Amino acid sequence: MSKASEFSVLLLVLIGVLVLMSLLNGSNFLSLNNFQSMAFQMPELGILSLAMMITMLTSGINLSIIATANLAGIIMAMIMTSGIAPETTGPGGVGLVLIAIIAGLFVSTLVGVLNGALIAFVDMSPILATLGTMIMVSGIAIVLTKGYVISGFPVAMQVIGNGNVGGIPVPILIFLACASIMGVILQHTPLGMRIYLIGSNPVACHYSGVNNRSVILRTYLISGLYSGIASVVMISRFNSAKADYGESYLLLTVLASVLGGVSAAGGFGRVSGLVLALIILQMISSGLNLMGVSNFLTIALWGMVLIFVMVVKYLIERYQERRYMT
Amino acid sequence: MKKIFSYHETYVLIAVVILSIVITLVNPDFLTLENLFGLLRSYALMGTFAVGVLFVLISGGIDISFTAIATITGYTVAVLLLKAGDKLNIVLIFLIAGLIGVALGMINAAIIYFFRIPSIITTIATMNIYYGILTVLSQGKWLYGFPQWFSDFAEINVFTLTNRGGTPYGFSLITLIWFAAMLLGWFILRYTIIGRSVYAMGGNMASAHRAGFNLMGLHLFVYSSMGFMAGIASVIQALLVQTVAPNALVGKELDVIAAVVLGGASLSGGTGSMFGTFLGVSLIAILGNGLTLMHVPSFWYKVFIGLTILLSVGASTYRRRLFSRQRVIIEEEVR
Repeated sequence: MSKASEFSVLLLVLIGVLVLMSLLNGSNFLSLNNFQSMAFQMPELGILSLAMMITMLTSGINLSIIATANLAGIIMAMIMTSGIAPETTGPGGVGLVLIAIIAGLFVSTLVGVLNGALIAFVDMSPILATLGTMIMVSGIAIVLTKGYVISGFPVAMQVIGNGNVGGIPVPILIFLACASIMGVILQHTPLGMRIYLIGSNPVACHYSGVNNRSVILRTYLISGLYSGIASVVMISRFNSAKADYGESYLLLTVLASVLGGVSAAGGFGRVSGLVLALIILQMISSGLNLMGVSNFLTIALWGMVLIFVMVVKYLIERYQERRYMT
Repeated sequence: MKKIFSYHETYVLIAVVILSIVITLVNPDFLTLENLFGLLRSYALMGTFAVGVLFVLISGGIDISFTAIATITGYTVAVLLLKAGDKLNIVLIFLIAGLIGVALGMINAAIIYFFRIPSIITTIATMNIYYGILTVLSQGKWLYGFPQWFSDFAEINVFTLTNRGGTPYGFSLITLIWFAAMLLGWFILRYTIIGRSVYAMGGNMASAHRAGFNLMGLHLFVYSSMGFMAGIASVIQALLVQTVAPNALVGKELDVIAAVVLGGASLSGGTGSMFGTFLGVSLIAILGNGLTLMHVPSFWYKVFIGLTILLSVGASTYRRRLFSRQRVIIEEEVR
């Protein structure tokens, strides 16, 4: 299926959901308030989905993103609550928060490098390597916290998750920045080109002179870094960190990526599709939430949307194939 | 002798033995029948799931939805037990749970086969659908207070011994159900045409199709076997804890898959054995039990499980790479 038609299928679904939810909820759904709250909720899942997406493009998967995010969050939380008075490091504790974020991102990148090394140099399958690191990293997070919540961050940290810039929530700005950077990496750099190549045909990619191992390593490094960024948004919104936050996000990130047109076999998918898919998922969940529908029904509905989109794609593909044959 | 060391199972067995020796040296309580029988009883749940997961992995697919299937079968059975507990018996309970599991597994198989959607995506979607709908319908309520015969059944031992303190313990009937499931799976995979076809399909789907295997039938068989085992496992869970909660099982699916993979099944399909799967589950069970007996704080558990997976899978991948390199050298020499 051509990229244009895939994008338009998603756009049609998006408009359909928008119209349906507006009809069902009336002006409540179209209010500024609702859009603002959607903009606060989407970024966590969004950034994590970007972290998942880039590995799926190489026909891999990263099951450890949530565990990585939680470990990074706990490191950041431990530094921010280590007893150093935040006021001494600048207004609202900016200095302390910066140090904490740098440390957290460093740890998450390190986990990414570990994943990449296991997959690229030990030749482990991505599912198994990241399943192993997922269990181990979340274990380390539990050991560090003994299962407790760490809470109470400096003011500067809370601004990241709850602040506004001219009415636009800070988290959505962070998400847009992350998505744009990912888009540039994938569409306009040699690395992005090679990521798509590996996903389509690793052998051909290797024979055309690409160092597959280095590309895989860098892919998982970026995935780990993005998990860390997601963690910054997540813990500042909750004003706390814990070893098992957001575990239900893991499979949702796969769902969002696939819905956005990322092929599970690798090689296809764009950031723009993923962003549309995320908006669709968020509108369904916010709309149903306004109607007072249970969260769990929303989860079931997301599953149905995923299967529906996959079936439609399959049927379109088959139709086009047939037309091509005759 | 050389042949023995080409099996993945040998290495897992060595790991299990070494681990057992270390734990016994630290705490002799480990190697008592009482402890081992207890372990075999409490890991019957994971073990029964693992039988179904093995089928799916050998066929070259993966199933994430089995915990959600088990949640539905377990909940249905629990409602039946509370509504009409006196008219039912244990065989009927297992049968009902198994059949609902088969039906839900067939839905998975149909979506995977007819629309060519990768199994991991299909089952992630159906997991969300099954689990979401059940949680809405059940309103998250826990069910307990099952009929007396149901709680009595859980305490039946095949044979009973008494420990030094005078407390009786024994080999539970629940363990026997797990063993029966393994035996059935082992027989099907090893000695029946359909079992061998599952290996063929997992080895190379395209070749199997060209060779005339009925892929639709095989898909239905594999995923409904998974569903059946999920149904059986859900009754085992209800027997073990005498409570059915909508959120008790979902989230454990990756742990079970990890155990089966430890036992030598490959995610790319075509390989894996029932004995290996038993060893994989044993390794996880012994690791967890051993840490407790050695008084290691329980939050270290996950770190060790993760390390074990990385080391074991890493080592076997490395070994396979050496092996394939050797083969290339031999072929060169032949030329």
